[in-house]
Amino acid sequence: MDELIIDIHGLRKAYDGLGVLQGLDLGIRKGETITILGGSGTGKSVLLRLITGLEKPDEGSILIGDKDIVPMNEDEMLPIRRKMGMLFQSAALFDSLTAGDNVAYPIRVHLALPEEEIQSIVTEKLGLVGLEGVENKMPAELSGGMKKRVALARAIAIDPEIVLYDEPTAGLDPGNTKRINHLIVELQRILKVTSVVVTHDLNSAYAVTDRLALLSRGRIATVGAERDFQASTIEEVRRFIAGELIEDG
Amino acid sequence: MGLFLFFVRLISSAIMYVGGATHLLVEAVYHGIRPPYRLGSIIEEIDRIGVRSLTVVNVIAIFTGMVLALQTALALSRFGAKSFIGVIVALSLVREIGPVFTAIMVGGRVGSGITAEIGTMKVTEQIDAIRVMGANPIKQLVVPKVVATVLTLPMLTLVAILLGILGGLLISMLELQVNPHYYFTSILDNVTFPDVASGVGKTFFFGVIISIIGCHQGMMTTGGTEGVGRSTTTTVVVVSILILVSDFFLTKLFTLL
Repeated sequence: MDELIIDIHGLRKAYDGLGVLQGLDLGIRKGETITILGGSGTGKSVLLRLITGLEKPDEGSILIGDKDIVPMNEDEMLPIRRKMGMLFQSAALFDSLTAGDNVAYPIRVHLALPEEEIQSIVTEKLGLVGLEGVENKMPAELSGGMKKRVALARAIAIDPEIVLYDEPTAGLDPGNTKRINHLIVELQRILKVTSVVVTHDLNSAYAVTDRLALLSRGRIATVGAERDFQASTIEEVRRFIAGELIEDG
Repeated sequence: MGLFLFFVRLISSAIMYVGGATHLLVEAVYHGIRPPYRLGSIIEEIDRIGVRSLTVVNVIAIFTGMVLALQTALALSRFGAKSFIGVIVALSLVREIGPVFTAIMVGGRVGSGITAEIGTMKVTEQIDAIRVMGANPIKQLVVPKVVATVLTLPMLTLVAILLGILGGLLISMLELQVNPHYYFTSILDNVTFPDVASGVGKTFFFGVIISIIGCHQGMMTTGGTEGVGRSTTTTVVVVSILILVSDFFLTKLFTLL
């Protein structure tokens, strides 16, 4: 059996009495790319926020490696977050910092390196996402696709073991969507990271992933490779593939 | 029953708000005293909060001093006591008008600015990004703003008091023919150190109110750009009310000391 890097058990989360996650179980293998699919409001982004420790679940456990992060405070989360990078749906670049300083931010937080070395890592990571020479540009000067790529460079700046993608292609044109999908695959191949992609875009999911999981009614309805997913007889999966959005929220 | 429930909800939300702001203050102190100290960020904030507030504070202080001199002269001339204009203008400015006007001015400008900045960061997931990258948003964003506001507000107040006194002098000389030498001598003879300490001392507390409410409201922002707009308005209202209410209690406290 493959080694699990993220192991989630019995996860429950409710907002104002409305159960978004209702006993979710999911194991994510080391080195794989898994895509979590689901309609709007099914709790995909909530799941990522729980995995990163931005929010705490009402019940359940989230093992990262062999450590349960649920009871951890912010200080205890620091070594766990050292292993993670996240690409936010809105890119979430710091408006007041240049693209280069945005990429350097996690390096300065986690690694005590001389400035020269930091700049060299920044150049390397921006190169990996095909954005050489934008170090001194402010986020406002970048297009939507470029912002996502700078954010991706920032997410991989400290060579994390796990990269989390929250709707990585949302709001992008087809060209940039293809480019981001290609980058997810390439980075996984080069850096050997575990990638967790949250999206409602089935085509993007097929393009980047090893396994697909469908989140429906607060639980994982099914998880498997593309062929198994497409051949699934589970009603929710059939409806999702058919484009009948599942609105659980 | 409906009215009763309305008041219960109002009071409980006010308690929650004060509790949240107090918790943020405690966290800011905790992270502020722990190294590393972000001196670069504090200096940047001093420039943004203090130096860039100088123009508006100066203009308002001069005209406040002038108006104060005019109004005081009108009242004093009825008793033939126009010569006391300097000390009355100075005492009003030092003990009350200088600190409170400066705080309300800076509260409107700086408090809303802090809320807009942090609120925008909140709704665009930048605060989450700071946390995911292992940094602490309170240490990174809140501490420099609180330290800068608490340090600069007393200095801005002192500048405002001095300019207000000079504004009063201008009107006293040109309109009321008061001798400038007598104007200043009466001030120096009657305005004591405790007067200055009680006035300027209050501004440290006002600085905490402005920065903590600004940051707290920013951190609570939800609902996109519309939410940012709502939050900045709330900050201006809450800061203005808290400055005026706390001014009463602080004045009472300083008179006891």
